[in-house]
Amino acid sequence: MAQTTLPGLHIIDGIAAPTPGALLRQRILRHWGLLSGGLILAAIVAMAIFAPLLAPHDPYDQDLARKLIPPVWHLSAKASWTYPLGTDHLGRDYLSRLLYGSRISLLIGFSAMLISGVIGTTLGVLAGYFGGRVDTAVNFIVTTRLAMPVVLVALAVVSLVGSSLTVVIWVLGLLLWDRFAVVMRSATQQVRSREFIVAAQAVGCSTPRILLAEVAPNVLNHLIVIATLEMAQAILLEAALSFLGLGVQPPTPSWGLMVSEAKGLMFFDPWLIAIPGIALFLLVLSINMLGDGLRDVTAPENRG
Amino acid sequence: MVAFTAKRLGVALLVALTVSLITFSMIFVSGDPAVAIAGEGARAEDVDAIRKFYGFDRPIPVQYADWLTGALKGDLGRSYTLRQPVADVIASRLPVTLALGASAILFALVLAIPLGVVAAVRPNSFIDRFALLVAVVGQAMPSFWFALTLILWLGVYWRLLPITGSDHWQNFVMPAIALGYYVTPAVMRLTRAGVLEVLSSDYIRTARAKGLRPAKVLFKHALRNAIIPVVSLAAVQFGFMLGGSIVIETIFQINGLGYLAWESIQRKDLPVMQAIVLVLSVIYVLLTLAADLLNAALDPRLRTS
Repeated sequence: MAQTTLPGLHIIDGIAAPTPGALLRQRILRHWGLLSGGLILAAIVAMAIFAPLLAPHDPYDQDLARKLIPPVWHLSAKASWTYPLGTDHLGRDYLSRLLYGSRISLLIGFSAMLISGVIGTTLGVLAGYFGGRVDTAVNFIVTTRLAMPVVLVALAVVSLVGSSLTVVIWVLGLLLWDRFAVVMRSATQQVRSREFIVAAQAVGCSTPRILLAEVAPNVLNHLIVIATLEMAQAILLEAALSFLGLGVQPPTPSWGLMVSEAKGLMFFDPWLIAIPGIALFLLVLSINMLGDGLRDVTAPENRG
Repeated sequence: MVAFTAKRLGVALLVALTVSLITFSMIFVSGDPAVAIAGEGARAEDVDAIRKFYGFDRPIPVQYADWLTGALKGDLGRSYTLRQPVADVIASRLPVTLALGASAILFALVLAIPLGVVAAVRPNSFIDRFALLVAVVGQAMPSFWFALTLILWLGVYWRLLPITGSDHWQNFVMPAIALGYYVTPAVMRLTRAGVLEVLSSDYIRTARAKGLRPAKVLFKHALRNAIIPVVSLAAVQFGFMLGGSIVIETIFQINGLGYLAWESIQRKDLPVMQAIVLVLSVIYVLLTLAADLLNAALDPRLRTS
């Protein structure tokens, strides 16, 4: 066919179809929820990493002479830029405690998510891949786990074992794996019947190899989405445990504990509960937005 | 249906048994329970006496069998600190928590179903976006913080509602909102998805083609089918909420099971803790069983799985 006569149209010949990677990047850049969630989370992670550099004071340094200084936006003569977010009932700098508190939330959220992710993914993939009796057994374990009241069991175990950072992480990790198992099971079931799995079986690949090399890459996107949601869940639960006095112990700065320590004073100094509460809200919100966004861009058909 | 019911009943029973075993083994999490009751530094004779009195000296399977048969007869043991049978304490507190849970689920349904329906009927409208906002905020807000914020605004600044207590219905308004708000996102998303799916089905197209009024199509034809999964979700969420009410009851000092749980955790009163975990688990098992059977009765396709 002759060269087109329309001016400018020949440019189209030079454009190749976008690659899947380019399409994915495009979907990510157009998803404002994913972007803003990612940005807020990145900011909080940076806060946690650089807390020693950013914090204007020592988060543990007490001085009753300077207790309950209000934050700078407060119309009070006591407010000053020396303590931008004010001080708590023991005179500790609130901004420094807030910065260090992000470490606790992220550390507990991430570690608990890793533990529950390993347990839940193992159970879910095994149930989905093998089906039959394995599936029945895993289903039963998940049902039993769901029947146990999480907050109550977590509180009871922490109180019996004794509270520490490690105990909280393990208790949450051992309790929150149910969603991993449920989602990984159905994702694996979908992959199992595909041709490339049958082909791998026919070639004589070992089961571990099929699970790791063929199944794992195809359920990874589901795994990442659940991981974000469960991390958010673990952070909220840690805050609730600390709020009830059975999570992170004082004087460690945890956002849930900060709200708890301030609740007696909230009628007079409401900013004391507002600041850590908003921080928790933003952290969980950003993780959820990131997770929802990842689900949308990696598997647009699963939008809820 | 009979076979399905029998199978579901069997699974429920097995789950309840397993939960009871896990709950029972909580005694041994903290080491020797007799030492825990006697307190640190107690004399060895006292610890021995306590061990005998509570029967900790018997073989563990015997202790479990004893505890389980007792529980089946309604005897959940004696509280370490309240000097009262555990069953009596629980019986006096459970109605309060059930009332709180019921008001919370009512609040959630009243908020979530209309929002979900409107969001589905008018996708991408202002209401749809508002519904999404309600859901996103609800999933991210810490429950205890939301409760404190409610106390501050509704109780202190505007003086609309009493802050603590559980004697008057007004005491339950804020706790019900605080507790119910967490169920709202899930119920709303499911309602929206269900209505969206049903509205694009053939029988709705037929109903519209017959010339039925849109309201009649929506309420008489669409909602009826879309609401079935929502009802079973609500039943399951009700079970979750009873477990989660410990935070809310502690904040509002509502004299229910959650507050009792918190008190017994503070006092390390194991029989009470165990009994509460067991009672809440059994309620959850019964609720999911009821939801499953109801679904299977309404939709025969579910009976095969």
